[in-house]
Amino acid sequence: MPDTVYELFKNLGVWLTSGEQWSGADGIAHRLAEHLQYSLLATLIAAVIGLPLGLLIGHTGRGAFVAINLASFGRALPTVGLVVLVFLASGLSMWPVYVALVALAVPAIVTNTYAGMTAVDPDVKDAARGQGMRAHQVLFQVELPLALPLIMTGLRLALIQVVATATIAAYVSFGGLGRYVFDGLAQRDLVQVLGGAVLVALVAVVLDLALSGLQRALFLPHSRLRSSGGTPTRPA
Amino acid sequence: MTIDWSWIGDHTDDLTTLSVSHLQAALSAVFLGLLISLPLAVIAHRIRPLRGFLLGLSNVLFTIPSIAIFVLLLPVSGLTRTTTVIGLTIYTLVVLLRNTVEGLDSVPAKTKEAAKAMGTRPLRTLLTVELPLALPVIMAGVRIATVMSISLVSVATYIGDGGLGQLFTDGFQRNFPTPVIAGVVLTLLLALVADALLVALQYVLTPWTRKRGA
Amino acid sequence: MIQFEAVHKRFPNGTTAVHDLTLEMPEGGVTVLVGSSGCGKTTTLRMINRMVEPTSGTIRVGGKDVLAQDAAELRRSIGYVIQQAGLFPHRTVLDNIATVPLLLGWGRRRARARAAELLETVGLAADTGKRFPHQLSGGQQQRVGVARALAADPPVLLMDEPFGAVDPVVRTQLQDELLRLQKELSKTIVFVTHDIDEAVRLGDRIAIFRTGGHLVQCAPPAELLASPADDFVTDFLGSERELKLLSLTSLKDVPQTRATPLRADEPVSAVSGDGGRWRLVTSAAGRPLGWLDTDALPATGTAGEAPLTPARALRDTDSLLSALNETIASPSGCVARVDADGAVTGVTAREEIHARAAAAHAAAGAGAARTADATRTAHAESPSFATTATPTERPA
Repeated sequence: MPDTVYELFKNLGVWLTSGEQWSGADGIAHRLAEHLQYSLLATLIAAVIGLPLGLLIGHTGRGAFVAINLASFGRALPTVGLVVLVFLASGLSMWPVYVALVALAVPAIVTNTYAGMTAVDPDVKDAARGQGMRAHQVLFQVELPLALPLIMTGLRLALIQVVATATIAAYVSFGGLGRYVFDGLAQRDLVQVLGGAVLVALVAVVLDLALSGLQRALFLPHSRLRSSGGTPTRPA
Repeated sequence: MTIDWSWIGDHTDDLTTLSVSHLQAALSAVFLGLLISLPLAVIAHRIRPLRGFLLGLSNVLFTIPSIAIFVLLLPVSGLTRTTTVIGLTIYTLVVLLRNTVEGLDSVPAKTKEAAKAMGTRPLRTLLTVELPLALPVIMAGVRIATVMSISLVSVATYIGDGGLGQLFTDGFQRNFPTPVIAGVVLTLLLALVADALLVALQYVLTPWTRKRGA
Repeated sequence: MIQFEAVHKRFPNGTTAVHDLTLEMPEGGVTVLVGSSGCGKTTTLRMINRMVEPTSGTIRVGGKDVLAQDAAELRRSIGYVIQQAGLFPHRTVLDNIATVPLLLGWGRRRARARAAELLETVGLAADTGKRFPHQLSGGQQQRVGVARALAADPPVLLMDEPFGAVDPVVRTQLQDELLRLQKELSKTIVFVTHDIDEAVRLGDRIAIFRTGGHLVQCAPPAELLASPADDFVTDFLGSERELKLLSLTSLKDVPQTRATPLRADEPVSAVSGDGGRWRLVTSAAGRPLGWLDTDALPATGTAGEAPLTPARALRDTDSLLSALNETIASPSGCVARVDADGAVTGVTAREEIHARAAAAHAAAGAGAARTADATRTAHAESPSFATTATPTERPA
């Protein structure tokens, strides 16, 4: 066993670093670009849906119940099942992938936006209104800037989850880094499977570190407001 | 897309078996996760330098895709239930560790001080004061970990396990939606019921958090 | 002037916060709303700038019905200070203060200039402006809160327990500062507190509320203390009601006798007992040093070297209460009066202070015509200061 594991990782190293593996339509560079394209587009769509929803729920204080249950529902929804279901309903298209990825990202964005908005000190909102700010001024000049660190955390977590899950595009015959995982599984080529998995994990970890670093740099001025955790819905 | 009810009627036994197997995988993972994260959380809570390291490490683990975790475990434990449970346990660790540390942090210093002043030894303070008071936050973590695990079991279908997840592969390969719908609905149902049971358990375990008159 | 006319506030959950309130808050004066929690004082304040909408009744600020105005514009014309200051944590102190001018469209440069000016007004250093609120102490934050409310120079200032979250020492400082500012600015201030001492210190008029949103009594502090409308007010004012009244009256109108104090460098051998047993000793600058007992003079040395009983100098702005305390401490039964520079101007005997206290009491009591009779009888039974006075030797 240790011998085979050693052999395996040696082969994995060769697989990851060989030049031919990186070039061409089935090369890592192309698959990586596809993977990022799916992930960024899905996160963008999810942000367009989730941000206004989270801001609205947070600003009005109504629908908190929706936000909490949405997170729970998002956490419970099996992504594989969703992809297959949409695939069977819509046929061969990118729809299943995007529906599944967006469904995964929206709860993370909504709940963190909502959490950021509710974390704004009610006294500060009261003071803003009391100084004569109109509802939209309170929202954009006070609540939004103060909630921004947590909103950014929500977007970051959503993107990471989506990157991890975009692997699934290959399951319904599309590209991305998941290609290696599923092709490898089909061809019983463990090195290729591991290679794909390691690449996806690397992309996710690197993106997470880069974005949290960026976030830290952006919110240094009032560093006390910097948020820590944030709530991901679940890993992918 | 229509549901073939007769298929469901013919396969109730299979659905039951798969649900049980699904739940078994998820609950074993949460149980193992608790077993590992409780002592780790106590250490992370007491020893500051280790805390950042442990929480940071668990955050990195969380970003690794579940399919990647399962696949990475293949050389170690192969296409077995063990792989599924280990993979899921790694994820529950993240949530459970963070929530348990936060729960222990949330215990008021004055309460701990009072316990100490009355002559309670550290271990006893931990077991009879700190952990009970941290319970609401820990339970919140257990709920998240449970729902999450139930949803994630189906990913293990790629490595030949996956409980209800097998219905997805089955439906996909035969271009037949009914098992997929059944799988999704049952997964959601299991998550919902497990969550409700945990809420009830928490209600019984933490009478002091109930609202007055309740 | 702010006028409440038959104002009623009932919240959606059925609780009545303010019950049929008719009240006038005079122009340029401080009206303090006091009462225990849930008495409707904060709701009353918040209805003035429409943070809470009244269920019925009319509220006018400067003659104009608040409900007839745009809520946001109304609020920009009224300063608003709350507990914990409610500063915007993401904006610098300067930008916090500039909030309302910016909302009014002043332009950034002018708004910042005004904000910088206000920093000084509220006693903060200019470099405070560049900092963020969480980098300031509680007291400093509260000053910024006041500056922000004053930024657009509104005629009306609403203050909701603004000093509730700071420690007693800082609170006293902030109260002094507010009184100083008010002397310069003469705003119409509505101030909510649950601290009766703060109310007595700051208020030109005090309105006492009872749970359920009922206004029980509204009167100047002296009148309130001299003749509380009922047992509720009496209880609320507390057992030291008489003392609080004394703390409100200044020494200014109490006559003083010209004093012939001993200079500290005069030799004791030259001191005669003619000026009474106790003689006041002053420094070369005329500041009082203490009382010298002429019955126990040392054989040699100067008056300054002899054992002295300390004397606390009192200015015209000091209260009758501190003067009375001093007559008790003073062996001569007299207090030393000084001018603004601290130089002795004369002395006042205990009886004079007692007489003034009784007069102040009567005057305050007479202010409340409705309850005057009842009060006077009540006071006849309580030991009056005038009758407890004992004759004392008067120096000089």
